[in-house]
Amino acid sequence: MTVETKLAVTAQDVRSFSEANNEPSWLTELRESALANVETLPLPKPDKTNISKWNFTEFPSHVVESTTYASLEELPKEVKSIVDAEKQHNIYIQHNNTPAYLELSEELKAQGVIMTDIITAAREHSDLVKKYYMTEGVKADDHKLAALHAALVNGGVFVYVPKNVVIEEPLQVVFLHDNADASLFNHVLVVAEANSSVTYVENYLSTIEEAAGQVNIIAEVIVNDNAKVIFGAVDVLAKGLTTYVNRRGILHRDATIEWAAGLMNDGDTISENITHLIGDGSNADSKSVVVGRGDQSQNFTTEIRHWGKASNGYILTHGVMKDSSRAIFNGIGKIEHGATKADAVQESRVLMFSENARGDANPILLIEEDDVTAGHAASVGRVDPIQLYYLMSRGISKEEAERLVIHGFLAPVVNKLPIEGVKKQLTEVIERKVR
Amino acid sequence: MSTLVITDLHVEIDGKEILKGVNLTLNTNEIHAIMGPNGTGKSTLASAIMGHPKYEVTSGSIMLDGEDVLEMEVDERAQAGLFLGMQYPSEISGVTNADFLRSAINARREEGDEISLMKFIRELDKKMEFLEMDLDMAQRYLNEGFSGGEKKRNEILQLMMIKPKFAILDEIDSGLDIDALKVVSKGINEMRGEGFGCLMITHYQRLLNYITPDQVHVMMQGKVVKSGGAELAHKLEAEGYDWIKQELGIEDEETAEQEA
Repeated sequence: MTVETKLAVTAQDVRSFSEANNEPSWLTELRESALANVETLPLPKPDKTNISKWNFTEFPSHVVESTTYASLEELPKEVKSIVDAEKQHNIYIQHNNTPAYLELSEELKAQGVIMTDIITAAREHSDLVKKYYMTEGVKADDHKLAALHAALVNGGVFVYVPKNVVIEEPLQVVFLHDNADASLFNHVLVVAEANSSVTYVENYLSTIEEAAGQVNIIAEVIVNDNAKVIFGAVDVLAKGLTTYVNRRGILHRDATIEWAAGLMNDGDTISENITHLIGDGSNADSKSVVVGRGDQSQNFTTEIRHWGKASNGYILTHGVMKDSSRAIFNGIGKIEHGATKADAVQESRVLMFSENARGDANPILLIEEDDVTAGHAASVGRVDPIQLYYLMSRGISKEEAERLVIHGFLAPVVNKLPIEGVKKQLTEVIERKVR
Repeated sequence: MSTLVITDLHVEIDGKEILKGVNLTLNTNEIHAIMGPNGTGKSTLASAIMGHPKYEVTSGSIMLDGEDVLEMEVDERAQAGLFLGMQYPSEISGVTNADFLRSAINARREEGDEISLMKFIRELDKKMEFLEMDLDMAQRYLNEGFSGGEKKRNEILQLMMIKPKFAILDEIDSGLDIDALKVVSKGINEMRGEGFGCLMITHYQRLLNYITPDQVHVMMQGKVVKSGGAELAHKLEAEGYDWIKQELGIEDEETAEQEA
């Protein structure tokens, strides 16, 4: 059974929005045809979570107006603490649906690097965006939520790194959410051309306790031959927001992607992170950590699909479940026919902190080729009492011992984040959530 | 001077009685060794003193300077001055050796009086050099991927950093090659003196070649059956345990169970 789609946005609204933004006609058409399909396309089917009754389509308004910032000094303190104004020269801040601040160093501009909000990008770099926007990665007719997203995109960022350009400093993007009526239909498109290298870190940060909107995010990361992308993400979205977040990687020959995601939303969340290892010798390392609390229901799917020969995939998922929260952790390693010498490894571990919480690690290996290696480890359990005993035998209190064990458990992602402020923020969020 | 007094201690694990009335008194400035065949309750004694969650004390007492140890949580026992060098130290991923040790040291200090980072690092480096440990090990995750010998050295490092009143070392010598054994012994000897008492549990006389005990106790069938000086260990090394069994009329447990 599916809930009837009561979409408040009409085809006319979508067209007006697109025209008001002077979008190129291909994008207007993409929106219109996607909208027409929303009704008929089925919802995605995250394994082991029934979302047929979740509300993905009702929200107070498509776009809200928010303030912009003339300098980093004007940022609210929660954002200031994750931005190192001294060191961070490449930064984009979106305030609800409003592009609010942008800084890109002259040096990177001179090298042809682009970082700008997605709608401006579609206007100013139409051909480039058109080439990659919902073509190789997620497609608008994949399912209802992809179609809804394609029709309603109202924010996001475009990052383009030309051939041979190596960016040392991380690019930082903050999506600040502080309006309870705002909905985020953000599209993030990161394109790394051959032999380039970039580190991109995004934050979804709610500074209000509860909200009523929808979050439907798609991030597409295209990594061309021999390029490398490190993609860090920390999601801290408020209770009441239903979130669908789809982060997709497309890797060509000898390309590498490292995902590091701290998924700390307080609302119901469907997160999908799929990496396609298309090219021979391509590599994906996908690490995510999760803390579930309250009565939220979440589903996390991390999949690496091997098409290229000698492609390597590694998935690590660590979750901490509290209160009466529920979460499914699907880890999928799929090796397609022809992907000889591929290596698919995954590890999912769930720590339970409450009798009423539920966490299921669901490791799946699908292998259609003989000459490959693959392995998985999965566990669901409580904090090992012997570990606590060991720590306490050195005089450390039970609370502190638990804190150390949890931090250690979530460290694989925390340590991976290249921006100090973001690392600290994730640590603090974890601290707050597990307390 | 501090004193640890164990009186008529009975301990069960999973409903099976392992310790059947252990009596032992340990003072600071003394090193005692507990020897005995496998499965006689030596490690159980060590675990029961520290408060291992799987071991249940059914009767008897453990008093530290008149304070009831059995009433204390594990961390409180450590704060009171007890330390257990474990036979199988836990591995804790994501927590560095250095962070863990600092937490342990600061747990003993008041809030606002935490050890300064510089002072901590100086002391840690000094102790690691003394134990001939690679300084990188401070930044490695606690015991994760450590070899058997590295784990034991790390236990002694913790001992030297925490400086307890009483250390119980559970088979600290097992699985060590001779060089590692010398280093571990060096650490224990460094601690020896006023304000420090040690109870070493071992199968082997070998350790006692490097650390001369003040007293040696023999455990069999869940009790201390014989105590003596360092010469007792030499005699055990030369003659085994059979003479004690004969002297005290102890029958092997399997046989006794079969008869019953």
